[in-house]
Amino acid sequence: MVSIENTAEPAAWLKLERNVLRAGGRWTIAESARLDQQLQGLDVAKAQALTIDGSRIEKLDSTGAWLLLRTARSLEAAGHRISSLEIPERYRPLIQTLDRDQPEPERTRRGPRMSSGVYRLYRIGKATMEASRQAWRMLGYLGRVTVETGEMIAAPRKNLRLAALASQVEETGISALPIVGLLAFLIGVVLAYQGADQLKRFGAEIFTINLLGVGVLREIGGLITAIIVAGRSGSAFTAHLGTMRVNQEIDAMQTMGLDTVDTLVLPRIIGLVISLPLLTFYADIMALIGGAAMCYFDLGINIPAFMRQLTEAVNVSTLMVGLIKAPVFAFVISLVGCYEGFQVERNAASVGLLTTRAVVESVFLVIVLDAAFSVMFSVLGI
Amino acid sequence: MALQTRKEGPGEDEARKDVIIRIRGLVTGFGRKIIHDHVDLDVYRGEVLGVVGASGAGKSVLLRTLIGLNKPREGAIEIFGKRTGYAEGSRMRALEVRWGILFQEGALFSNQTVAENIQVPLREYTSMSQELMDELAAVKIAMVGLPPDAAGKYPAELSGGMKKRAGLARALALDPELLFLDEPTSGLDPISANQFDQLIGELQASLGLTVFMVTHDLDSLSAICDRVAVLVDKTIKTGTIAEFRNDTTPWIQDYFSGPRGHAALAG
Repeated sequence: MVSIENTAEPAAWLKLERNVLRAGGRWTIAESARLDQQLQGLDVAKAQALTIDGSRIEKLDSTGAWLLLRTARSLEAAGHRISSLEIPERYRPLIQTLDRDQPEPERTRRGPRMSSGVYRLYRIGKATMEASRQAWRMLGYLGRVTVETGEMIAAPRKNLRLAALASQVEETGISALPIVGLLAFLIGVVLAYQGADQLKRFGAEIFTINLLGVGVLREIGGLITAIIVAGRSGSAFTAHLGTMRVNQEIDAMQTMGLDTVDTLVLPRIIGLVISLPLLTFYADIMALIGGAAMCYFDLGINIPAFMRQLTEAVNVSTLMVGLIKAPVFAFVISLVGCYEGFQVERNAASVGLLTTRAVVESVFLVIVLDAAFSVMFSVLGI
Repeated sequence: MALQTRKEGPGEDEARKDVIIRIRGLVTGFGRKIIHDHVDLDVYRGEVLGVVGASGAGKSVLLRTLIGLNKPREGAIEIFGKRTGYAEGSRMRALEVRWGILFQEGALFSNQTVAENIQVPLREYTSMSQELMDELAAVKIAMVGLPPDAAGKYPAELSGGMKKRAGLARALALDPELLFLDEPTSGLDPISANQFDQLIGELQASLGLTVFMVTHDLDSLSAICDRVAVLVDKTIKTGTIAEFRNDTTPWIQDYFSGPRGHAALAG
């Protein structure tokens, strides 16, 4: 670590001789930590009238001047009479300025003083209240977006910003193809490998394909895509809108009469609602290719055999059950992302905090909704 | 006295003064655009140098180049007699602790209070106790004319002028010898701007600072600057305001003898 402190021979000195406190050398910030300690340990109990003689100070900066001034003040407060404070003429204005300003140090603020058990309860309570308030506000936002979407559908040509929509589809959909494809492929490989490993014991390795087909199409493909997109695009929404808020761009738009939901939120929501199902379909295919590759190399099942078994295991409705969830996930991810973006306060830390929150919330909601869908489908017998 | 862009080395007159910043043959640019074309400039100990120029003339680029945020293409920059501009790592650190910078918007760390902002350099570069740091933060806060309760406030709770004062307090934390100010009075109302000029003048006098001030403000120039450096046509001209008023370069004519120039320099 770099330090500006003088660690070599002290360049400033301090001596108490009878009733004179002599100071000399370079009273600068580089010497301040050492001087501070020496001054704290100063023992002047016996002296009544004191002279502070700093006439041999070679260099004085505001830190050094403060140390001198503070010493003089605390000695006076302790009942000593300071008969004079001598310093070289050129440093007189500095001492005078400091003396006039009368700085009062503010002690560093500490957290609330509670026993750790009570404090933990306090934090749980606070977090619970915050979470419920958050849910309430989010519900309000959902309502607003729904109303605006309705208005847009009622008069589509007026409100829908096609250019913004197209760029959102490109940003959230097309640009995500490589990463979604790669990860889905790998998931397919892993799923096929683990399935084959277990099913081999029963001589039922051909059913690996059933496991793969149903698992990927119904659940994994949609879930993994939604989670990747939440991390990739949901966070981007929050960070982008949040930074716009920090720069007062949102304020500017509002004063120009541009509706922020119209111009910023709806293109993102509709864009993602279009692109996420497409991405999910693509991820399904990539995962099946990954699984097929694994089956070929691990189990020796060739492609026609794989296809035959797959058509027996799944049908169009299996695929549709997976795909129908995607627009809902997309809606939740983009809603949370945009909502949190608008919550950003005008400082840098807030952008980071709310981006984290947006990702955590949207991943959480995606998984909760997925579970809800599973329950619903099983009740409906699909 | 005739003004001239300095092309030759320091003359006898300059050699006697203590040069804090010495720029020789500096070339900067972005892409194919040249911003400074072989400029020379000296800043002497204890003076307040005002740097003016049209928008885009490279005032801020010059400042950023001096403090190491922008790499020069050619030329030499010496600050405190040490070459910088290309310096990196610990050599640059050793220089950086000897100067303070006030950025245009204050550039305070938004997640820390004013007192904590001021203590950031103290904590990083010294081993002083928390008590002394609190005291010094209060000293600096009082010095720049902020009320004591500003110490515990976050930057978002401060007005523009207070942010600048807080930024100045942070710039002064390590008791620098050299102070860089980037448009210290822009965005302030005339009264606050005047107060800020006075403050800089007072601090400069009591702390013996050398000040390098980028500004647009003619009032600041006439109030506190000893000398002015004008960035025009990719070069730098230096002189006093009185000297510039007789200059024939069109931009300088417009600047110092336009209606605002007349009003500001009338006194």
